[in-house]
Amino acid sequence: MSETKNTPFLEVKDLRVEYFTKEQVVHAVNGVSFTLEKGTTLGLVGETGAGKTSICKSILRILPDVGARIPSGEIRLEGQDLLKISEKEMRAVRGQKIAMIFQDPMTALNPVQRVGDQIAEVVSLHMKGTKEDFKKRAEEMLEMVNIPKQRYVEYPHQFSGGMKQRVVIAIALACNPELLLADEPTTALDVTIQAQVLKLIGELRDRLGTSMILVTHDMGIVATYCDTVAVTYAGSIVEYGTKEQIFDHPTHPYTIGLFGAIPNMNVDEEWLHAIEGLPPDPSHLPTGCAFHPRCPYATEDCAKEGFVKPVTTPDGHTCVCCHIDEVLKGEK
Amino acid sequence: MAAPVIEVQSLKKYFTTPYGMLHAVDDVTLKIEKGKTLGVVGESGCGKSTLGRTIIHLLDRTDGKIFLHGEDISDIKGRELKKAREKMQIIFQDPYSSIDPRKTVEQTVREPLRVSGRYKKSEMEEVTSELMNLVGIDNRLRLSYPHELDGGRRQRVGIARALALNPDFVVCDEPVSALDVSIQAQVLNLLKRLQQQRGLAYMFVTHNLSVVRHISDDICVMYLGQVVELCPSKELFRNPLHPYTKALLSAIPSVDIHNPNVPEILEGELTSPVNPKPGCRFAARCKYATEACQQPQVQREITPGHFIRCCRVEELN
Repeated sequence: MSETKNTPFLEVKDLRVEYFTKEQVVHAVNGVSFTLEKGTTLGLVGETGAGKTSICKSILRILPDVGARIPSGEIRLEGQDLLKISEKEMRAVRGQKIAMIFQDPMTALNPVQRVGDQIAEVVSLHMKGTKEDFKKRAEEMLEMVNIPKQRYVEYPHQFSGGMKQRVVIAIALACNPELLLADEPTTALDVTIQAQVLKLIGELRDRLGTSMILVTHDMGIVATYCDTVAVTYAGSIVEYGTKEQIFDHPTHPYTIGLFGAIPNMNVDEEWLHAIEGLPPDPSHLPTGCAFHPRCPYATEDCAKEGFVKPVTTPDGHTCVCCHIDEVLKGEK
Repeated sequence: MAAPVIEVQSLKKYFTTPYGMLHAVDDVTLKIEKGKTLGVVGESGCGKSTLGRTIIHLLDRTDGKIFLHGEDISDIKGRELKKAREKMQIIFQDPYSSIDPRKTVEQTVREPLRVSGRYKKSEMEEVTSELMNLVGIDNRLRLSYPHELDGGRRQRVGIARALALNPDFVVCDEPVSALDVSIQAQVLNLLKRLQQQRGLAYMFVTHNLSVVRHISDDICVMYLGQVVELCPSKELFRNPLHPYTKALLSAIPSVDIHNPNVPEILEGELTSPVNPKPGCRFAARCKYATEACQQPQVQREITPGHFIRCCRVEELN
């Protein structure tokens, strides 16, 4: 326990991820840094193509072998750099220490294997025991996610979407991982089923003391389930702080825009405050601050490389913007 | 008072399956006035898309009546149907698959103009560029193909195509679900502006409750093919009466961190719409269900303009 006091549980430093083809390089993640303490949940928020999934996949090292590379960065889990260890050592980490819940339960499961066997397979890879032990553990996991163990022998197509996602959760939690990466775990589900699944994930997280990175584009989910929040845009974190800091005092123009674009359930407004323009093409990112072409506060300086730097806001969170004084006055 | 743009009475749409009759839309009655938006919400499989498609005759109805401007169009065919369809259009959910990938933007927008036979070739050019202008597609993208456009622009092409023949009624079938929030807000604002300019009546089908609250005048909540609650939008969010509506509203995660929603977790999942039992469709998941709920439920007007399909609503509220 003493070592976790000094070193954070998970520390990601200046992570970069690129995808490349013969013609072009796509800069999916551009220097992302964050830390995660044990037992807490980080919300990773952003739009399509903001690099959220690439960050998760780099932590698990499951980026495609061909066409993707991590040119720089460190991912330290309890001090150990996951990018430096061998593939064999990494296999012991995956599933046992870090597990992932994927977005689409319809494609995350093997359609021609019984769901129970899919859970037992993970257990057999990481735990010692007999076939019976693995089966028993798989049955326990099914019951933990509220699926009767009699359904062990059924196939994914016999399950509804919400139940399939619960099977995926059971697989992810089968070996009691210390870190859970949940990549849009409820995007494919209906709201009432979403509430069921999120409640389940939350309960299991609290019971097992798992740390979690929750990737989502739904600010409501972040507000309900996360402790800290990182807002990503075009592969960079533009604002990073505790949930209270981000929701009470959003400072980056993009974060403010994101809040304005969501129809508010409590306020009647005629028009939504849409963010003008489009998210940038990651193969041709704008120079300087990637958000400057859409930003109402942008000046010429924002397009200069290296001009926009992280600053600390008055309430103590990090915001990558050089105009926070104007933003805080609420000029635009 | 003028007749509503669209009125539907006891509309039914059943599909035959190997296991029996699937009741996709079962006894739906509603109307939409000029310039108004009716939001239709419900979970996947509740029949909300089928309802929209049946109204505009993309699917043949099983039973019930459909009126356009007070005129019965339930059984029209051929030339009459073609004419009625010019007044009823649809914007589809997925702009990636609802637009012909081998047609340019201009060709897609022009197609309804050409099919209608109302325009001369020289006029078409002008109307097409007006339409593109209206929905905010840059004229230089005229000759682009759908794969060259982002999702938001593609959806704008779909909107331009739907509005080409000046319809009175547009079914918006999850038009923003496939878009990111920042783009979603742009498209929602566009739809609202067009409605104000042209007095369009919208039927806005979605599962996103905050979007529907923002855009709708009235909201109808569907559950397994039936309307369980229908009332003005503000009333629904202030005073939901049906147990399903209450659970649905409480399940939305609140953006307000100091005042979080406590979701009322519904047990179980949607039951099968194939050969449903005669009673309340929601009874299997409803914590208030009693024997009375096993009887067929009728849609009643509890207070003026507030319709409910639940026999216990007075005791519960």
